[in-house]
Amino acid sequence: MSKLSDRECGCSEKSGSGLSTRGVSIMQSMDENVKVAHETTDSMAYYEKPGYKLCSYVKDFIETETGPVPRIGARLRKDDFFSTFYVRCGIGRYSYTVAPGLYCIGNPDKDSEVLVTANFKLSFDHLRKNLKGINAWILVLDTKGINVWCAAGKGTFSTRELVKRIKEASLEKIVDHKRIIVPQLGATGVSSGRTKKESGFRVVYGPVRAEDLSAFLENGKKADKRMRSVTFNFWERMILIPVEIQISLKPALITAIILFIISGFGPGFFSFSQAFSRGMICLAALVAGIISGAVISPALLPFLPFREFAAKGIIPGSVLGLGMIAVESSSIFSIPGYIALFLFTVTVSSFLSMNFTGTTPFTSPSGVEKEMKRFIPMQLAIILLSTGLWIYSAF
Amino acid sequence: MRDIRYLDDVTSLRFNQELCIGCGLCIAVCPQSVFELEDGKSHIVDKNACMECGACVNNCPTHAVEVHPGVG
Repeated sequence: MSKLSDRECGCSEKSGSGLSTRGVSIMQSMDENVKVAHETTDSMAYYEKPGYKLCSYVKDFIETETGPVPRIGARLRKDDFFSTFYVRCGIGRYSYTVAPGLYCIGNPDKDSEVLVTANFKLSFDHLRKNLKGINAWILVLDTKGINVWCAAGKGTFSTRELVKRIKEASLEKIVDHKRIIVPQLGATGVSSGRTKKESGFRVVYGPVRAEDLSAFLENGKKADKRMRSVTFNFWERMILIPVEIQISLKPALITAIILFIISGFGPGFFSFSQAFSRGMICLAALVAGIISGAVISPALLPFLPFREFAAKGIIPGSVLGLGMIAVESSSIFSIPGYIALFLFTVTVSSFLSMNFTGTTPFTSPSGVEKEMKRFIPMQLAIILLSTGLWIYSAF
Repeated sequence: MRDIRYLDDVTSLRFNQELCIGCGLCIAVCPQSVFELEDGKSHIVDKNACMECGACVNNCPTHAVEVHPGVG
């Protein structure tokens, strides 16, 4: 009797649900002529197409009346965690997408709910990791890689897009009911009335947070007030900071170059060595301003006084500004110099804090417009004053 | 939003209660608990919490609410 040795086949690390006889020994009692497979049969290989690669979050495909639908896993893997980290730091965040269309999770049938999300992979991952043990259909809209709420505000997570995907997926052939669960924050872009009229599907608004989906579904699709409220706690603020810093890097670089240049003016018109040594001090002030405005202000947001964010930013800017002057006091020489640096740090902090209003889920655009009209002229004036004082301090 | 507040008296939110049919959609979609249902009609209970997201406007079947949302 032959004994099959472990045969390594050349397929990818992912093995499908096909039969494998790797490492199987044929028993003496078995028919000599029994046919054995010599390779892992990979049922997933059926879905491979030249030029296409299978996504790591797809477990397999289920066959439906409308064709194969990818079944995704709820567990996030190492590559998901790594790319989440990069995207949260602003790297590649504009091209972090999944293909729009219909997916499923678990073992859904014609009575299972349809959950809608955006094609930003962070949204997609966030949804699926909260669907462990749940059987559902997942309809992904093409929001150009933007998350649900921002896309809803911009008009890409829209009634039109929702209706389009419902029709393209032939959802009426997938489920027997006419419900579609849209995340609550999608309501900014979706009209439940128009969706019903144009697709026949009735929108049920799910909870704000995917973590509450499981309880929501078990509770007869009812959400309590907490589930329907957006919060902005410490962690929710902190996770936004890397991107806030990343956004400020390019303008900061340009500002730094300008600072080095203006630092060079002095007696003898212009000196490169002076530009460098005084420029470095300006750079410290700039960094202090960035830390105050893009890190400390968001972190301490509810504890800082004043309603306007530009005003809130003055506090950490002043503290760090004073600290920086104390540290640099040996290398700076004049009162105008001190004042210039202090004003610069405070203004940078105020500006970046004001910028944070765009990332904050409780600021109204009308309010931000009012704040900007009030504070930007002041910030501009103080920057000019600070520049003048700094150049003057070189003489 | 309850504890942390932004500017007061800036929102462009306008609500015509006469047109309200008490469907409760504005309450379901508002992320800042601006509305509450009472006696079959919606009421604005926290106007300054409004962030002008427009979800209520999009979903009100009788167009009883109006807001001029910004770019988001």
